[in-house]
Amino acid sequence: MESVKEVIKRYGNSKDNLIQIMLELQQLSGKNYLPDAWVKEAAEELGMPLSKVYGVITFYAMFSTEPRGKYVIEVCKSGPCHVSGSENIVHILEKELGIKPGETTADGLFTLELSSCFGACDIAPAVKIGENVHGNLTADSLKDLIISYREGLTYGNN
Amino acid sequence: METTKILSARFGKIRPDSVEEYVAAGGYEGLKKAIGMQHLDVIEEIKKANLFGRGGAAYPTGIKWEQAYAIKKGPKYMVCNADEGEPGTFKDKHIMAEDPFQLIEGMTIGAYLMGATEGFIYIRGEYMGIQRIVRSAIENAKKAGYLGKNILGAGFDFDLKVVSGAGAYVCGENTALVESIEGKPGRPRQKPPYIKNCGLYQMPTILNNVETYSCIPWIVKDGGEAFSALGTDFSGGTKLMCLSGNVAKRGVYEIPFGTTLRELIYTIGGGIPNGKKLKFVHLGGSSGACFPESLLDTKICYNDLKKNGLSLGSGAVLVVDDSSCPVDYLKAVMEFFEEESCGKCTPCREGNQRMVEILEKLTEGKGTMEDIKKLKSLAQTMKTTSFCGLGQSAPVPVITLIKYFEAEFIAHTEGKCPAGKCKMNGKGVK
Ligand SMILES: Cc1cc2nc3c(=O)[nH]c(=O)nc-3n(C[C@H](O)[C@H](O)[C@H](O)COP(=O)(O)O)c2cc1C
Ligand code: SF4
Ligand code: FES
Repeated sequence: MESVKEVIKRYGNSKDNLIQIMLELQQLSGKNYLPDAWVKEAAEELGMPLSKVYGVITFYAMFSTEPRGKYVIEVCKSGPCHVSGSENIVHILEKELGIKPGETTADGLFTLELSSCFGACDIAPAVKIGENVHGNLTADSLKDLIISYREGLTYGNN
Repeated sequence: METTKILSARFGKIRPDSVEEYVAAGGYEGLKKAIGMQHLDVIEEIKKANLFGRGGAAYPTGIKWEQAYAIKKGPKYMVCNADEGEPGTFKDKHIMAEDPFQLIEGMTIGAYLMGATEGFIYIRGEYMGIQRIVRSAIENAKKAGYLGKNILGAGFDFDLKVVSGAGAYVCGENTALVESIEGKPGRPRQKPPYIKNCGLYQMPTILNNVETYSCIPWIVKDGGEAFSALGTDFSGGTKLMCLSGNVAKRGVYEIPFGTTLRELIYTIGGGIPNGKKLKFVHLGGSSGACFPESLLDTKICYNDLKKNGLSLGSGAVLVVDDSSCPVDYLKAVMEFFEEESCGKCTPCREGNQRMVEILEKLTEGKGTMEDIKKLKSLAQTMKTTSFCGLGQSAPVPVITLIKYFEAEFIAHTEGKCPAGKCKMNGKGVK
């Protein structure tokens, strides 16, 4: 795996690139978060006070300082998805995964989150899992979707 | 209805990151023409086009560019706002996914005029796949001599870079966006100074929306008057409209200004499905106005909308049918603003929170008439005293929904939800 230093080197050792570097590191973590040790190392490399770095990462919704699941399922709750039934989507996911928004499944596979509009309103109600957007969801298609991610993991481990 | 397509003409017809296919389909004619013209003549064409900024604030682009051109300090930066965070908006995504070269060409024309050698496209973090397409288009433009050193042999240099956001609606505000490109938290700056004088790295900055830049190549190629003639006397050209919600054919449609909202929703969008009726339209994103059927014959034109107290915003048209409850809907909208407020100023940070609390009470049948009064007064305070556009416009849906559906708000204080959406078991306070 790439080290913190290597990522910083690739983007350029400049404070301006902090957000881009942190996005990349979060992806590398495998648990969708920024480990404290990495943040400290990055702050040193960039010559920034740690408090400033945390000031940035806590400002932006995409960053987490706590480990999350391999797949973060974000359910959009903004207006267009709301009138297309996003509340049902949340309820179904809560039941299917056995967790509430903000929580991670015991197997570390899924974290459930509520999010603001991510521009998929033409296929509302929509969820975003990692980079992938899934829309026009019904109770059935949502259950199939979860199954496909669960199975993806078993195949991935073989 | 056969209408001229400017922005969506090449959608689906070319590979988005192929500069050869873009050129074969008429691309880069605008830049070539601009290079042979006097700078001020190009800006004059943009002024004649009656092009208004498509990001939401509708500032006249020709005037913005004329002012930026007159500033003598440098270096100047070209910045594109591709943050697209306004709920119900997904048009910039289509431009960047299907024809990003028109955006790149528009920015390059701007850079040529302004003498800028560096530009940034700030794309929201949620659009990772689209960032890759735009990066690839930039690389290919460089290889073909349309970006980089000595562009088209005309002796000017311009480099473009994609910068990713990381999930913050407020970064769409232009000073917050500039802060974010500098790697900081995206909190708005005090204005003045305006970014045209003092923007990115404290230097003059020309900042436009994706759709605005994308209109420029056509305007330069075919002339400002031809562009203007497509729209109304006041609003030039075409507009990408985003239809969402309870409407049969959701999606992005390019329409000439002057089309009515009714035509857009019923003729183009196929009307309301499942035998339901229209309750209201939320126009321009979450920070826009909500209004009923009676205003649907308003033309999509900055002036006509303004006369009716509306604004086009980003071009989002959310259609809401009569199974929705305005109080419940408003709660969802205000939760968005509560979440996205950057917390820098009190009216917005506290105001949105209080509003959500009150709306929670109302949807649970625990609200009073006093609470509705409080909503109205908070709305006024936020509108007049918030630091940036987020807090200033967040009350717009509050004010307009109470204006048109006050009886339903009052019914909630009596424990009744006329739409049957809020589960309060008939329990009013009194
Ligand atoms: C809270 C807030 C969010 C905004 N979000 C966006 C956005 O996502 N995209 C955009 O182009 N403009 C957005 N704007 C408007 C920009 O500040 C700015 O007016 C616009 O990008 C200028 O470009 P234009 O003249 O081409 O429209 C937002 C404004 C505010 C106050
Ligand atoms: S109005 Fe809201 S978003 Fe704007 S500066 Fe104040 S707290 Fe931040
Ligand atoms: S409102 Fe859900 S993706 Fe836009």
